[in-house]
Amino acid sequence: MSSEANLPHDIPGANFSAAPQSRVADPEVLDTTHGPILYLEGVTVSFDGFKALNNLSLYIDDGELRCIIGANGAGKTTMMDVITGKTRPDSGSVFFGQTINLLELSETDIAQRGIGRKFQKPTVFEPLSVFENLELAMATDKRAWVSLFAKLTGEQRDRIDEVLTIIGLTTERQRRAGQLSHGQKQWLEIGMLLMQNPRVLLVDEPVAGMTAQEVERTAELLLSLGGRHSVVVVEHDMEFVRSIANIVTVLHEGSVLAEGSMSKVQNDPRVIEVYLGE
Amino acid sequence: MRTHNSLISKLVQSDRGGSVLLALLGIAMVLVPLLNLAVPESSALHLSTYTMTLLGKYLAFALLALALDLVWGYCGILSLGHGAFFALGGYAMGMYLMRQIGERGVYGNAELPDFMVFLNWQELPWYWFGFDQFWFAMLMVVVVPGLLAFAFGWLAFRSRVTGVYLSIMTQALTFALMLAFFRNEMGFGGNNGLTDFKDILGFDLQADTTRAGLFVASALALALGYLLSRFVVNSKFGRVIVALRDAESRARFIGYKVEMYKVGLFVFSAMLAGIAGALYVPQVGIINPGEFSPLNSIELVIWVAVGGRGTLYGAVLGALLVNYAKTYFTGAFPEIWLFALGALFVLVTILLPRGVIGVLRRKQAETAT
Repeated sequence: MSSEANLPHDIPGANFSAAPQSRVADPEVLDTTHGPILYLEGVTVSFDGFKALNNLSLYIDDGELRCIIGANGAGKTTMMDVITGKTRPDSGSVFFGQTINLLELSETDIAQRGIGRKFQKPTVFEPLSVFENLELAMATDKRAWVSLFAKLTGEQRDRIDEVLTIIGLTTERQRRAGQLSHGQKQWLEIGMLLMQNPRVLLVDEPVAGMTAQEVERTAELLLSLGGRHSVVVVEHDMEFVRSIANIVTVLHEGSVLAEGSMSKVQNDPRVIEVYLGE
Repeated sequence: MRTHNSLISKLVQSDRGGSVLLALLGIAMVLVPLLNLAVPESSALHLSTYTMTLLGKYLAFALLALALDLVWGYCGILSLGHGAFFALGGYAMGMYLMRQIGERGVYGNAELPDFMVFLNWQELPWYWFGFDQFWFAMLMVVVVPGLLAFAFGWLAFRSRVTGVYLSIMTQALTFALMLAFFRNEMGFGGNNGLTDFKDILGFDLQADTTRAGLFVASALALALGYLLSRFVVNSKFGRVIVALRDAESRARFIGYKVEMYKVGLFVFSAMLAGIAGALYVPQVGIINPGEFSPLNSIELVIWVAVGGRGTLYGAVLGALLVNYAKTYFTGAFPEIWLFALGALFVLVTILLPRGVIGVLRRKQAETAT
């Protein structure tokens, strides 16, 4: 557990003048020396008086696989929107590492800094092959005239092959993405996120609509990402959450209701009352 | 020469339609002038100058269709105003040809084209300067359509105008240009346009050899245009435009500046259309504001739809087929041509969504299995 004192407070740049022994803080560089990679503190978002997020505080450690559960309207999607810059909170602070204030960055900037998001509905480029989908998603120079003459280097090919292996679509590399099954499209989309070398992956309901076998494969895939990437999974499927979760956060009415291991959370009377008990 | 050849073969590798097209163009480039110039008129094998010029005109149309297929077939931008770029390229060529007339005009004015003398103009407007130079005129053939496409694309694509709205805007663009060019004060010959051309680069435009040269130039331009377009769609750029055709916001989310890709492609396409126009004008001998007519741009869309979009060679095939049919029908049954064209579009849309090429491919797939 990280102690309260380590965390940056409301004012961006407050940690510039913090401990004298710390090296000069560069807001461009991701600094996770204190453990967490993502800090949400006192975040409140209201839509027409309805508080979608209510003083939410959440810390995600570097390399951690975290599951977030909660009933409909608990604020899961709004939380993702805040992290990715789609929605701006009314109050609170959101930091990426120690120094990068996400509230000052645009959606594209946040994506380029290394926070990738997978939406509920898979959107891959259907007319292109699996390989080409990954090629386009790769973190490279994406200006138009550069693309005209772009050639894949050996290293880049290796990277694509590596991701193909991770998502288990090596044999499908030349198939058109439009011909893939629903589950395969979801994996391809995760692969496209991985091509951008993200530090944090936000994954919204990855197993919705999947067969039991596909759910199992997805669990393996997400587990294999731990360590190298921090993964935040929002999911309804309790069976799935149980199979992958290390730490589970339960959201309720816009704030954290409980947090801890699956068994601890499941036995929490408040959680049983508002969510699991139903 | 060897590296040149390998470059071409690399481009059309696994592109059978393209290889066939380039081979046919190569044969036509040799055979058509030969049958016209070397075979005596009495022979049954003789190809009349009229037919050769007609074929040259079809090739210019094919290049125009290719230009539209790039933006429509690959990027989903249904331009209903591509005729405007074609006409602008044609006007640039027409202006050069007008200046070439010199003292041989009806009024014998070495400096001013006839229509300006007729309007009592005393001196050449500034925008006619330089058009007595062939190189300058040829530069303008690509620069003027390119600039217009850039300005239009910059405004439209940055504001994220897509779909029907964009199509309507392109239609309005060509319509506005047509009205403007109809005005005598514009200085482009009003509704008569530019005509009575005498020669090009010193060669008599009525001579068979010049006509043969223009035919070869058209075939060459189409071949080069095809290879350039194939290069573009085979590149990563090409994959990005296909990606954003179906999932634009996704492409933007991944980090592609979608509007830059669209503007770039639109400008390239407009330049190809301009070149097509410049090849068309010396072969038909006239350019007038009617070329800006929205109907022309819509006909162009039909060519591409009939051939099959998103293949490049399909557009070429469609342009040749429909224009051959047009020549035949407007000769044999002039009154039904427009109905035939309309029916064609409806039938192709309903029955052959992938055009003639789609049918050929299906046939091929069936015989293969």
